[in-house]
Amino acid sequence: MDPVVLFFLLGVAARLARSDLRLPESMYEGLSILLLLAIGLKGGVELARQPFLELLPQMLGVILLGLLLPLIAYLVVRFLGRLNRFDSASLAAHYGSVSVVTFAVALAHLVDRRIPHEEYAAVFVVLLEIPGIVVGILLAKLGTTHGVRWGALAHDVFLGRSIVLLAGGLAIGWIAGPQALEPHGRLFFDLFKGVLALFMLEMGLVAAARLGDVRQRAGFLILFGTLVPMTFAVIGALCGLAVGLSPGGTMLLATLAASASYIAAPAAIRIAVPEANPSLSLAAALGVTFPFNVLAGVPLYLWLSNTIHDLAG
Amino acid sequence: MHPRKLVVIVAESALEKALTRELLALGAHGYTVSDVRGRGAHGEREAAWAADRNVRIEVVCEDEVAQRIALHVKERYAEHYALVVYVIDVGVLRGEKF
Repeated sequence: MDPVVLFFLLGVAARLARSDLRLPESMYEGLSILLLLAIGLKGGVELARQPFLELLPQMLGVILLGLLLPLIAYLVVRFLGRLNRFDSASLAAHYGSVSVVTFAVALAHLVDRRIPHEEYAAVFVVLLEIPGIVVGILLAKLGTTHGVRWGALAHDVFLGRSIVLLAGGLAIGWIAGPQALEPHGRLFFDLFKGVLALFMLEMGLVAAARLGDVRQRAGFLILFGTLVPMTFAVIGALCGLAVGLSPGGTMLLATLAASASYIAAPAAIRIAVPEANPSLSLAAALGVTFPFNVLAGVPLYLWLSNTIHDLAG
Repeated sequence: MHPRKLVVIVAESALEKALTRELLALGAHGYTVSDVRGRGAHGEREAAWAADRNVRIEVVCEDEVAQRIALHVKERYAEHYALVVYVIDVGVLRGEKF
């Protein structure tokens, strides 16, 4: 088992045993800044080596994926789960958007096994983070007169910390290039796994804190929180195959499709769709889907991507 | 000492941006925000990460402004958000500031 997964389990166990373990909030903030920048920089350096125009069809394909996933999630929750429109839209936004930490775990999984992949895949994270949230909010507002302050919302979504750091890291990596960034590599690249391990410890504490909410609607949340990611991973993998990604890159896209946002989406939805119950979406995204993806999903999606590529010849 | 009101709003941190902007529009001259944690009708807020934070916003103001703020917060946010509002009588040294 990956050490980062063991760190996650340590966090879960500590929380369940009511240990007083807590990461200082400023440390959590610092680690997340470091992770986001590292992922962005790595992607940017690789992006500089790619002919940009050739990547455009891939990017368009990924954006379409980002628009499609929340629609599917909405229909599933609304008509199979029979939840109200607001909670359905909120879940759609969370599952349409992505989790950067899940992406980081998938990336580490590939790097550990020396599996080649499109190293600019951080671009996909940026492209997938926003559409899900916007579609989710639109679904919540269908046919209502209750207004949304779109200007303020767009500001919050597009200039949210994760987008600024990821896109900023991509831009710096792209402009500076691999050689200029080499002296920075020790902080951003060599320490990446250690930072991820610490972050996963915190994620274990935070995810386990949601288990109380999960218990209240365990049947629905566990079914939804595992079946939807697996289905979305298949859709993501097919999209990866269609836009010509390698099996490693396909696995990253499948993992992104399967992941659910627990930072950007909750913040935006809380303001734009106050009627939605935030503990429901967070229990699903953080209490069920995140642990599922980290423990079982990542290896499963690698197998899935290899199988799809084998079948496609 | 000049008698004034201290309005204290404890709310989800998601509301901080909107609330502070609206406070000024309602006639407050300033405010103080602190990060806090605690437990209430909406469960425990541990401030462990982004969606789990609360803020305490304090405003010293005239009685009339305090009424306006309390009413506004109640009408606009009380239904769907975790929040508490209370008003305390305070005395301030420099009345012209508030």
